[in-house]
Amino acid sequence: MSTLDTAFSALSDPTRRAILARLAQGEATVMELAKPFEMTQPAISRHLKVLETAGLIVRRVDGTKRPCRLAKAGIEPIDQWLAMLREALAKNYDRLDSVLANMKPEK
Amino acid sequence: MAKMTLKTEGDTHVVVTRRFAAPPEAVYRAHTDPKLIQQWLLGPEGWTMPVCISEAHPNGRIRYEWINGKGAGFHVTGEYLELEPFSRIVHVERMHLPDPTPDNHIETRFDADGEGTLLTLRMTLPDAETRAKMLATGMERGMEASYVRLEGMI
Repeated sequence: MSTLDTAFSALSDPTRRAILARLAQGEATVMELAKPFEMTQPAISRHLKVLETAGLIVRRVDGTKRPCRLAKAGIEPIDQWLAMLREALAKNYDRLDSVLANMKPEK
Repeated sequence: MAKMTLKTEGDTHVVVTRRFAAPPEAVYRAHTDPKLIQQWLLGPEGWTMPVCISEAHPNGRIRYEWINGKGAGFHVTGEYLELEPFSRIVHVERMHLPDPTPDNHIETRFDADGEGTLLTLRMTLPDAETRAKMLATGMERGMEASYVRLEGMI
């Protein structure tokens, strides 16, 4: 799988997207991440592993803790890719503006 | 300037809105008349739609074929389910890459908005995984949602 495939596959899970949204506010530990979800820490850890493998988060060692944060390098290609796709759709509708401007009303 | 909005909703929906400076009847026709569809539903610069079948009646067939003039191409097939001229269309479609993707169920609304039209597309995918894949590979239809921006990550 390409990097983007791996990333999108990681993003297909709502818990993982929620974890990323939480991490957007700053670094967090597994315990902090587990709190808002009704999930055990091992379950959260498995999700983190998927996100880490996909390059979307990075973890550092802080004593016995391994806090997580967003990996800018992993997020940016997705954002650029999506911006490109959004652009393609926006372009369709810009063209539709011209098509509509050229249509004669059917009376 | 009319700005497009695009957002995900729940786990399986994608909602797109866009305003047009033309009445609902014209926007509706531009979505159902093959000759008109071929002029705008093209995605990135350089792509054309040499084949466009749009049988705008219940159970009518849809088939769009795109090529980029450099040897690449793909197509979408689908069926119309419900048509309420000039306010609402319900259809299903799937991309062939070349294997068919799961059905994308789309409700398109054309609501009068002053002198113009508010277009609303509401897509329903079978599951979250399919939606993520569609957003990743929705290429020429440009169907995307920036999870990154939408979910407040950046």
